[in-house]
Amino acid sequence: MKHRSLPLVFLLGGIAVLGSCSRENRILRQPPPANDTLNTIQISGLNPGANLIPTPPNSNMYQESAYAVSEGQKLYEEYNCVGCHAHGGGGIGPPLMDRNWIYGSEPGNVFATIMQGRPNGMPSFRNRIPEYQAWEIAAYVRSMAGLLPKGVSPNRTDQMNIKPAESSTPEQVPTGITGVPGQPK
Amino acid sequence: MNSARHLAAYLAVQAKVLDPGPHSVLHSAAPQAGHIEWLYWFTFWILFAVFVLMIVAFTRASAKARVVASHPLPVIEKDEAGDRRAGWAVGTAIGITVIALFVILVVSVITGKRVEGLTSKNPVTIQITGHQWWWEVTYPNSQADQTVTTANEIHVPVGTPVVVLTNSKDVIHSFWAPSITGKRDLLPGYSSAFWFEIDKAGIYHGQCAEFCGLQHAHMGFSITAESVNEFEAWQQQQLKPAAEPSSSDAIRGREVFLTHTCLMCHTIRGTDAGSHLGPDLTHVASRKMIAAETLPNTAGALAGWVVDPQRIKPGTQMSPNPLAPDDLQAVVAYLQSLH
Repeated sequence: MKHRSLPLVFLLGGIAVLGSCSRENRILRQPPPANDTLNTIQISGLNPGANLIPTPPNSNMYQESAYAVSEGQKLYEEYNCVGCHAHGGGGIGPPLMDRNWIYGSEPGNVFATIMQGRPNGMPSFRNRIPEYQAWEIAAYVRSMAGLLPKGVSPNRTDQMNIKPAESSTPEQVPTGITGVPGQPK
Repeated sequence: MNSARHLAAYLAVQAKVLDPGPHSVLHSAAPQAGHIEWLYWFTFWILFAVFVLMIVAFTRASAKARVVASHPLPVIEKDEAGDRRAGWAVGTAIGITVIALFVILVVSVITGKRVEGLTSKNPVTIQITGHQWWWEVTYPNSQADQTVTTANEIHVPVGTPVVVLTNSKDVIHSFWAPSITGKRDLLPGYSSAFWFEIDKAGIYHGQCAEFCGLQHAHMGFSITAESVNEFEAWQQQQLKPAAEPSSSDAIRGREVFLTHTCLMCHTIRGTDAGSHLGPDLTHVASRKMIAAETLPNTAGALAGWVVDPQRIKPGTQMSPNPLAPDDLQAVVAYLQSLH
């Protein structure tokens, strides 16, 4: 009697397993930009008194989507981030594939850096690119430093392969002003 | 009576469906498409004859078949004369098939050669670059200020050979205007060339024929064949920098265009906008359609496309631009002034 119900159990189990498969949803129609998240982002570690630095907003839904990260990769080329930061190795601007972050490594920090610009050459892209694109670029930039899970980091590029893909970048512990001072692995 | 009228209406609708107008292999408007159409009908009639012969033979065979109701089944008798006749019939059929296929092969090769061969000098040269999901069209010239750049709407002179240089920005696309010539793939990182020539003035439609992503189906283009004089006038018009806006709305629109996200991707020659990620908008109002032949070039369609392109072509590279209503109105007025 028991054995007769076994195939049924397997069938139902199989259907349940298949049902749990989910395809990544591409965010094609962007939600409207959030209200002024920009001004709440701490850009300096300098702080009067005790440690009162509020943590920057870390929610970047785009860095959970492989599609959005690869869009960020494309925009990184198209908006000429490569012109100064090269493919992560830096040049005129600082490198982005190492673990030292002058203005912070959290998603909000990178977003603020893109939108506000920074001294010594980083231009401000506020009102130049839509906010969601800045978030996508921020997600991609973090993937270059190994701060995103391998599952969402790009594993190929449209350009010549001049460095290993982001998905094979070893995970890093960032250091920097608003980053967590970490120990090298 | 009523049903006759219904039938007539039905046939009229069907005829319209069967006649796709300026997008059809069977409506050739160019020598190359003529060769291809000829090959089509040649092959069609051979295959039609084969089909008729098959049906006739099959009908005869089934009519001749004996119905045997007796049990047990009759013993198969040896019939040497019949076997010989069958052998001849099968052999002849195989021979005819091989010859027909060989003839079709040879004629295809000859047609291919005819379509390929460039017959005249002094062609018009056009560089066509495929993008997801639109066509960049430039008329290269050694002088930068004599280079015409437009998108999706190709103008060519009638009766003049046109050499098309192909390339692609991202993935493989395929240039296909069936009334003009055969398909040609545009490969990323690989320059290639082909040519065509159009006999009859008119507007012909084309379409990307290689699946290239989400909006492959909305990647159309048009070819306007016009007299040499009209073509040159069009070229001179396209070479001018953008028209200065005259109305206050359009002046404000230019300011909005140059202070918002638009200028990160688009060029309007004569202004500060000079990026080449999206189509050149210097003379956008001179085009009939926008978004790669997806929408008519009207104020409403432009406004919808600027505000929420992801609803019209989900996945398109154009980002949504949530402009304030006044700003949107102004930008549309400005775009419509760019003749």
